[in-house]
Amino acid sequence: MFQEKSTIPPRSSIIPGNIRLNHMEETTSSTVQIKGLRDGLLVTLTGEVWDDQRASLFEQIDERQSFFKGARLALDIGPQALGVNELVELRDHLSERGISLWAVVSESPKTEKTAQLLGLATRISKPRPEETRHFAVEDLGDETALFLNKTLRSGVRIEFSGHVVVLGDVNPGAEIIAEGNVIVWGRVRGMVQAGSKGNRQAVICALDLSASQLRIADEVSALLEPQSDPRPEIASINPDGRLQSEAWNSG
Amino acid sequence: MAQVITVTSGKGGVGKTTAVANLAVALAADGKKVVCIDGDIGLRNLDVVMGLENRIVYDIVDVIEGRCRLRQAMIRDKHFEDLYLIPAAQTRDKTAVSPTDMVRVCDELRPDYDFILVDSPAGIERGFRNAIAPADRVLVVTNPEVSAVRDADRVVGILEAEEKYSPALILNRLNLVMVKNHDMLSAEDVLDLLAIQLIGIVPEDEGVIVGSNRGTPVALEQKSRAGQAFRNIAKRMQGHTVPFMDMDKQGKLWDRIQRSMSGRRV
Repeated sequence: MFQEKSTIPPRSSIIPGNIRLNHMEETTSSTVQIKGLRDGLLVTLTGEVWDDQRASLFEQIDERQSFFKGARLALDIGPQALGVNELVELRDHLSERGISLWAVVSESPKTEKTAQLLGLATRISKPRPEETRHFAVEDLGDETALFLNKTLRSGVRIEFSGHVVVLGDVNPGAEIIAEGNVIVWGRVRGMVQAGSKGNRQAVICALDLSASQLRIADEVSALLEPQSDPRPEIASINPDGRLQSEAWNSG
Repeated sequence: MAQVITVTSGKGGVGKTTAVANLAVALAADGKKVVCIDGDIGLRNLDVVMGLENRIVYDIVDVIEGRCRLRQAMIRDKHFEDLYLIPAAQTRDKTAVSPTDMVRVCDELRPDYDFILVDSPAGIERGFRNAIAPADRVLVVTNPEVSAVRDADRVVGILEAEEKYSPALILNRLNLVMVKNHDMLSAEDVLDLLAIQLIGIVPEDEGVIVGSNRGTPVALEQKSRAGQAFRNIAKRMQGHTVPFMDMDKQGKLWDRIQRSMSGRRV
């Protein structure tokens, strides 16, 4: 039995700029806006209630199945807070229709954290490579920290605009990128960057710093050997401007 | 009602298919009614390892696409009358099946069997997602080898993030002589990183390859050490407590296993 492949031209040639589709039902008012990206689609949902947004989204998709089939989809859901079950269900239902969800962009920290833990991207544009600019060191007014009460396994990437505290290990293949400090009450064997926006005063502390790679601002460490007798250590940029780690001595 | 158990790994070649074939046979030998499903569409192997490749008429894609009834695709095992195999399709690929399809097939089988074992393909993409969709529980197979453990960690992370699969580990192909000579990771090294419940350690055993080639899983051989390990895992899957082979009942590995069995943070 042969399967016919329908020839759909690349997405960028179908969509001339933005297509805004206003979909008003009797009870809901969510809008679904579809935009073509270089390598897929960005769908922006507005509305207040997740169930309505989801219903509108799938109504659009089901109306034009061949258009969406095989697409890489990034979804912008604004301030909506989604938990594990909702995101997993969304991804599975999209996958049923041949759509692969690769990013969920949201203003809600809960959604962002859940998406990251599920391996989804939370930003769309690739960050530009940092040039050696000297950023004004901002006062972190709130001193906000993200607290993770778990071991970060391979493939998990956590990005945060404040400090990051982990109660657990950072396994090889896991990454933390924090604008502030990074404190790990456990072993660091993955990649950790503190001061990611240029704060050279940032530090990285861990009970065992056998990291694959450490970065503070734009300084990168040499590969650290796993220690046979690990001690708590703190890594920082020393007065000569080099990244170094030293044993933690209380007092 | 059957328990659906998916066996996956991340890395290829670590022993998923071997584990599924042997666990199926061991469970059937204990009197359980078992169906195994080969989830590796396009690269099917479970039929070969069980010695049933010449008996395939229909496969799971035929069932899903409605060309045959579920019963018609079920191949009875040579040794056990309550053990069946639903083979994968060889001439299609993973896009032929969706997670919902797998859930539907397993739901149809549940009332009549005790265990449904799903053999997952390698990777973390569509084939993996299809295989874990119907699972009540997932067993992760790894080898005491750095890249296998790295991949297993990734898979465990994905399973834990979805909070419903209670992953447990099968450490396969452990060579105690190499471990003693510090040429191989120990079970302790592996558990140090993966930190999940351990359900079995299977020693390296040449008989496994011989069994594969002959289509007779080693769990059928009374004298095989790997076979014994798989039989022990099958007992643990049924809720029995079985001591691990070759273990000093002291030391850090023993403590870790005890802690993980009692559900405490490992």
